[in-house]
Amino acid sequence: MPRNTKLQSRHLLGLQHVPADDLHLILHWAGHFKEVINRPIKRVPSLRDITIANLFFENSTRTRLSFELAEKRLSADVVNFAASNSSVKKGETLTDTVNNILAMKVDVVVIRHADAGVPQFLADRVPAHIVNAGDGTHEHPTQALLDAFTMQERIGSLEGKNIVIVGDILHSRVALSNIFGLQKLGANVAVSGPSTLIPRAIHELGVEVIPNVDDALAWADVANVLRVQHERMDRAFFPSIREYHNRYGITMDRLKRLEKVPLIMHPGPINRGVELTSEVADSPHAAILNQVENGVAVRMAVLYLLAAQSTTTDVV
Amino acid sequence: MQKSPNFDPEMAQKTLLNQRDCAVTLSRLCHQLNEVHVPWNRTVLVGLQPRGSKLLKALVHQLESEFGTGPIAHGLLDITFHRDDFRRRDEPLVASPTEMDVLIEGKRVVLIDDVLYTGRSVRAALDALGDFGRPERVELCVLVDRRFSRELPIQPDYSGRRVDALNHERVRLNWNGDQLESVLLESSENAPQH
Repeated sequence: MPRNTKLQSRHLLGLQHVPADDLHLILHWAGHFKEVINRPIKRVPSLRDITIANLFFENSTRTRLSFELAEKRLSADVVNFAASNSSVKKGETLTDTVNNILAMKVDVVVIRHADAGVPQFLADRVPAHIVNAGDGTHEHPTQALLDAFTMQERIGSLEGKNIVIVGDILHSRVALSNIFGLQKLGANVAVSGPSTLIPRAIHELGVEVIPNVDDALAWADVANVLRVQHERMDRAFFPSIREYHNRYGITMDRLKRLEKVPLIMHPGPINRGVELTSEVADSPHAAILNQVENGVAVRMAVLYLLAAQSTTTDVV
Repeated sequence: MQKSPNFDPEMAQKTLLNQRDCAVTLSRLCHQLNEVHVPWNRTVLVGLQPRGSKLLKALVHQLESEFGTGPIAHGLLDITFHRDDFRRRDEPLVASPTEMDVLIEGKRVVLIDDVLYTGRSVRAALDALGDFGRPERVELCVLVDRRFSRELPIQPDYSGRRVDALNHERVRLNWNGDQLESVLLESSENAPQH
């Protein structure tokens, strides 16, 4: 049982500044919600007086679906907003857009944006709970929480466990949130991948760099394999996809050479045959579909706990 | 005389059921349940978390061992997400696990709880039960019925003891392991409204 019963944070902007107690609390409640979403009827009425706006200024399929399902399974009212067909195109500023939406009495804003720091910017200016659904290359806290939840489910407490993040660390908000979150839960975190894709100052976060992926896999209890983000690469960080796959791709051959195979995770979408072969992705070593299922439960926990902070007397 | 760690001089205590009464009452509830539900193949007992779970266990154990009912289908239901006071209270709610590994579709369900007070938990439980199917009928069995405190039109089908208690009083069940030892009515001038 977690020590606290209430979140200390008013928003979920990133895991860097979230107290460890809050992480434990969210993961604990996620367990309850996982039971709920496995019932024949997967909906509970807890948030029926809460309105949640999903503001996606950047394309997303699975995160948006996952948030939307989480919101609907808590019976919240949901409004969706995609930047591509909105007034943003007509020149409206971000604060104006959001204030207009808040004027329609929205309690929680889930926001994804291509620029780092946008959720923080909003949290300082608008009177709603803000949930960061990914901001640029900064953080993606709910992804890291669902990763941690999935790891705990498969290997127990993360205290003292070795977790390696493989691949494109430089462009990855998932990596940064994973590092902050997993360290707070007591895990040892290392990274592995081409040196061009590993930030030079990563050791300042207390993260070890293991250049050789075979060494990294041998060390790790869990390998969180990241997607090669072609869309964020404005120059050549490695010679070719084939070379990347040969040196850093997780293959069955690599896993067979290990004494103990680590749990393989991937935040999706997978580039099959690049960072992960299909054989590995579809094997029992992988927890990729568990991650997707747990994403809904974890997001339900986050939204529920944030909504619980304001009583109706505050709202009225 | 050694004082118990919970001793509070401002707290007045009255014993509603002593150990012998508890045994008699539980046994009577078993007889009543058995009379209606024998042969038990269409009935599911559902304890409300957290405080109904021990009573459920005690009833199931006694029915199976002394009444030859065979294994009785039972589950535990947590009602946290169906309560109507979420965001209306200062203290956050704490959830307990739900363990409903039984099918209730078309079955007779008996909800089991320790104390029936305002009726709001039972309302939430009826709601929560709907997540697991549509039972043929639902009954309510409680150990203590605080009959003048109802806020909703809900009455028990089986009750161990009826109590006329004031709002600042609290009914407390004392369990020693799985054994019900006593039921107390506590009152304190400064007691928070329960």
